[in-house]
Amino acid sequence: MSRPTDPPPPRRTGGLHPSRWAPSVILVATVIAVWETYVRLADVSPRVLPAPSRVAAQGWAAREVIAGHAASTLQVTLVGFGLALVVSWIIATAVDFSPRLRRAVVPLLVISQTVPIVALAPLMIIWFGFGIVPKLLVVALVTFFPTTVGLIEGFASADRESDRLLRSMGASRRQQFRYVRLPSAVPRFFTSLRIGITYAVVGAVFSEYVGATSGLGIYMSQQKNAFRTDLVLAAVVVTALCSIALFLSTYVVERLVAPWARGEEP
Amino acid sequence: MSPPDPVVDLRHVRKEFDGRSVLDGIDLSVEAGRFVSILGPSGCGKSTLFSVIAGLDRADTGSVDAPPCAYMPQKDLLFPWRTVLANTALGLEVQGVPAARARQTANDLFPAFGLDGFQDARPAALSGGMRQRAALLRTVVQGREVVLLDEPFGALDSITRSAMQDWLEDVWQRYRWTVLMITHDVREAVHLSDRVVVLSPRPARVVDDVAVTLPRPRGADRVTTPEFAEYERRLLASLRTS
Repeated sequence: MSRPTDPPPPRRTGGLHPSRWAPSVILVATVIAVWETYVRLADVSPRVLPAPSRVAAQGWAAREVIAGHAASTLQVTLVGFGLALVVSWIIATAVDFSPRLRRAVVPLLVISQTVPIVALAPLMIIWFGFGIVPKLLVVALVTFFPTTVGLIEGFASADRESDRLLRSMGASRRQQFRYVRLPSAVPRFFTSLRIGITYAVVGAVFSEYVGATSGLGIYMSQQKNAFRTDLVLAAVVVTALCSIALFLSTYVVERLVAPWARGEEP
Repeated sequence: MSPPDPVVDLRHVRKEFDGRSVLDGIDLSVEAGRFVSILGPSGCGKSTLFSVIAGLDRADTGSVDAPPCAYMPQKDLLFPWRTVLANTALGLEVQGVPAARARQTANDLFPAFGLDGFQDARPAALSGGMRQRAALLRTVVQGREVVLLDEPFGALDSITRSAMQDWLEDVWQRYRWTVLMITHDVREAVHLSDRVVVLSPRPARVVDDVAVTLPRPRGADRVTTPEFAEYERRLLASLRTS
């Protein structure tokens, strides 16, 4: 019998090649070098602008205190974000099965984003106290929007032709969701997860800044009041490192959960 | 000897979309084990006809008598999140066959479809011709009485395309599925079909119905024979005058 033998296309090469991250490392290193040089040459007061070397040294000296605060910030971030994800999945799945619900819910989602979180966060403390609850709510409130919209659009991104193919196979709406719409949403879900996780860290720090017993936010607030600019900046650096670590971890999870989605990465 | 009962039987089927007539009284019957091509100009409503036969769309008037059909859309629609084997077994899984057994059934067809060794590959690793063969495997493995192929080779380059036609004729002769194939390629229709039904431009009507009695296989050396050319001439004439 005839069997057309045509070569398969070449595989994509991906991964964290140095050419991808080297430029940003060089840029950051340059900024730090200029900053250090300027502070030393102009003899700026460390209360106004401490040198990067001082930030590093003082931050390292206070590492145990900062690590303790970072741990509670991470806890608020992850639990709050987890809460947002649970709510997102429930809303997005329900909306996907009901066009009517979709028309009702999507405007509400947009309205929820117009609520100024700056005004709401202090009220949360009045309502729920200084414990973890108001902070979880702030984090969940700032993150559930991108993840919910990402999921709703992800489900809807399924090819119309795919729906027809599944229907021709005799698939129920639930089977269409399981076999096509759910997996179709994965690339967009991870994109919105990356947006959400960075919002989550900022939201956690902000909610602590307004009032808390521990956390990087309240630590920054205290150090600012003590004119310890160096320690404020050290906490900022730790916050950024936490964000970057969480951001990168989404790629690891994506690779484990959906190795086929690699091609969708920016 | 009376002709066998048709598996697919359409009578005076009409279909409108937004007040515009797409199917204008189609009569079509297909007997079991036949390879029938639907030939017509682009946009004439061939795909709508398939949707009606597959039960995805309902005819406005007329009667449609067709068993559940296995449908192969123009796009291969192989899902990147499934391996090639899992993609080909999808129809059976949807029907409720346990995944392991569905995959075993699909796997048995891999050698005949020239896909052996690619069971665990992702669709992205397949060439265009291989993707179409995988999509066809996914279609026929469902074990439906009728197979609907909507321009199965439309997206392929001409060399791959003619190799695929030879191959399809070969596997069809072995398995003898009842096939309805949409095409706008006259040569492809003559090469593969027992019968070619010609549709007019929209709104579609049947303007010609030609039985092709050339001996099989009708591979590369036969498409240049005068008999083959005569069929092509007749079908082209029907397409032009319609």
